[in-house]
Amino acid sequence: MLKDYTLFLVRVGLLSFQGSRKYYAWMIFLFVICLIGLHAYSLQFVEGLSTTGMTNQVSWGVYIANFTFLVGVAAAAVMLVIPAYIYKKDHMNKVVIFGELMAIAVIIMCLLFVMVDLGRPDRFHHMLPPFGILNWPLSILSWDVIVLNGYLLLNLHICGYLLYTKYLGRKPTKMFYIPFIFIAMAWAISIHTVTAFLYVGLAGRPYWNNPIVAPRFLASAFTAGPALLIITFQVIRKSTSYWIGNEPIFTLRMIMTVSMVINVFLLGCELFTEFYAATAHVVASRYLYFGLEGHNVLVPWIWTAIALDFIGLGLLMTPLSRDINWLNLACIFCFIGIWIEKGMGLIIPGFVPSPLGQVVEYLPTINETLVCLGIWAFGALLYSWMLKIAIPIMDGSLRRSGISQVD
Amino acid sequence: MTQDNNNHPTPPAQQPRTIKEALNPVSRRTFLKGTAASLLGMTGVVAALEPLLKLERGELTIDGLLQKHYHRLTPEAMERILRSLEEKCKEQYGVMPNIADIKPMEGVGFAYALNLSRCVGCRKCAHACMAENNQSRESATDIEMSYIRVLELDQGSINMESSNQYYHPDEVPRKGKYYMPVQCHQCRHAPCTQACPVKATWQDPDGIIVVDYNWCIGCRYCMAACPYDARRFNFDKPKIPEKAINPNQDYLSNRIRPKGVVEKCTFCLHRTREGKYPACLEVCPTGARVFGNLLDPDSEINYILKNKRVYILKEDVGTMPRFYYFFDK
Ligand code: SF4
Ligand code: SF4
Repeated sequence: MLKDYTLFLVRVGLLSFQGSRKYYAWMIFLFVICLIGLHAYSLQFVEGLSTTGMTNQVSWGVYIANFTFLVGVAAAAVMLVIPAYIYKKDHMNKVVIFGELMAIAVIIMCLLFVMVDLGRPDRFHHMLPPFGILNWPLSILSWDVIVLNGYLLLNLHICGYLLYTKYLGRKPTKMFYIPFIFIAMAWAISIHTVTAFLYVGLAGRPYWNNPIVAPRFLASAFTAGPALLIITFQVIRKSTSYWIGNEPIFTLRMIMTVSMVINVFLLGCELFTEFYAATAHVVASRYLYFGLEGHNVLVPWIWTAIALDFIGLGLLMTPLSRDINWLNLACIFCFIGIWIEKGMGLIIPGFVPSPLGQVVEYLPTINETLVCLGIWAFGALLYSWMLKIAIPIMDGSLRRSGISQVD
Repeated sequence: MTQDNNNHPTPPAQQPRTIKEALNPVSRRTFLKGTAASLLGMTGVVAALEPLLKLERGELTIDGLLQKHYHRLTPEAMERILRSLEEKCKEQYGVMPNIADIKPMEGVGFAYALNLSRCVGCRKCAHACMAENNQSRESATDIEMSYIRVLELDQGSINMESSNQYYHPDEVPRKGKYYMPVQCHQCRHAPCTQACPVKATWQDPDGIIVVDYNWCIGCRYCMAACPYDARRFNFDKPKIPEKAINPNQDYLSNRIRPKGVVEKCTFCLHRTREGKYPACLEVCPTGARVFGNLLDPDSEINYILKNKRVYILKEDVGTMPRFYYFFDK
């Protein structure tokens, strides 16, 4: 048993370094960006958060923005799991593991983004009982810590178990993974919702203290996540021997389209409520969409996002996106649009104007941006590596013993 | 044609593999490549961590890492921590302070009231506060750290969006303007303590909301939660010239903060818990500030809350502050 597992780890380790020139180039490229990010972070660790563009007025910036967006992407794995396990769609069964692996990589990115945002990362253990104290259930952040780590563990278990049994050539025992899959489904919704409540629960910030934030967050995540998966599937099918047909891609296209319609509808509801009555509540939105007293760094961003969202939606709704190239374009547009909208567009206006009416703008510094790039590269590196291991297991070429046919 | 291919792709033909290839996908060459790549990678990581060499001595200590939450410290442990903090201050700032840990008094609930009819916006309170509480006073932007923000508002309105915090203090009070200093309201229902994931900030029995600077992880969720913009974050290590340091310090209030943690007004608990007035009150030239014990029926603060026209900032948020504004004309 233990011997088998050790052998498995050794093989995985060696397999990680076996690859084409293209594979090496890609991994080295990502690794170098990781190192640049790590260097930038070490600087921040020594100097303090003064290396970032954050201020007392805008006390969260691009780290928390990326975190928020990525929580959504992580949860989107559920959009593969539901068709595969509830509707028993066979073509989804073949790809569901890639969604779950993506969830793992993305949750780890989320945790890193939180980690780099801490003023005292050396006190991270203060959140972990029994060394620390978790202010649960009062603090929504404590809920977030629990749901994010729980989701990570669930997916690690599911993927680890399924892949390892496949490697051993055994049939997975249902009891050991089916219950976890169903828990993970509900859990995926919870990581969104809790993350949205992080903001919604703050009565002193009218821009966030708004019930529509959570549903919009869900809808946009179910667009951005599948968009990323669609692209990933094509990369897998182009560059490995593992065959993924078009069915999963087009199932995801449908999911994306519906989510995007809901997202845009909710955006409309929000804009109407804000701007029609034009109460004091509207100031933050006015800052975001039109700028306040000449302060308008976010304005070009948000209009880009809206344009991308609408073009993406247009492509998705018309038959044009039945063509895979147009579909890819729609995916890229939606992904970037939502990244802006659910990242900077959600976080920064919460702080502008400040609760005392001050308008202080925020722009990330170069160092801060490098840290972000580093984390994105690390996520991509991790995911690429996981695929590198998972695909030979899935197609049967990495087995404990004996050859089996490609299934 | 290519588009068609893209839309109706077919699986590529599988290459037959030899048994050896399939069973043993790992060759000696891979092993060597792997070792070389790992070594290179490791070197890269070490190189990337190079800035850590500049970490100041004493910044990360075992004692610091192992310290428990304020409420879990024994008196002896507290004693040791206080002495080592004093040493550290001496070493880093050149002044030997006296750091105490003054507990709240029985039967005391503090409250503060500020007379908006009198305040002239001279910002003396904001500067006295910075000196009392050992804040950086090196550059012009350090005023951002002051616990007190004074808003200049237009007569005839109380719209904060049109307020100005950067008016020139030499010319106050300006015509058509009035002034509103805002500091921590020591909320009875404090959103900040509720938000903190590690209970690094809490309400003491006398109503003061404190922060354990040795426990705070610097997540800044409390700053997002505060409706009064009352919390400040140490983006840098505080820089205070030796002469400017106030040596009378308290663990939960004005001791020099480490970088990376949050701080806020503590109603000068190191003074008020010993029967003195807060520094901002003492310095106010117009007598606009009234501070006292709400639980004492004869206190001036009680008289004001019962007999004046009192205004509570953002009452609708439901924070139930211990800080009040009042008018006397
Ligand atoms: S004013 Fe802000 S910091 Fe002070 S107690 Fe209220 S919420 Fe907390
Ligand atoms: S910054 Fe410190 S005090 Fe504020 S919520 Fe985070 S840990 Fe608590």
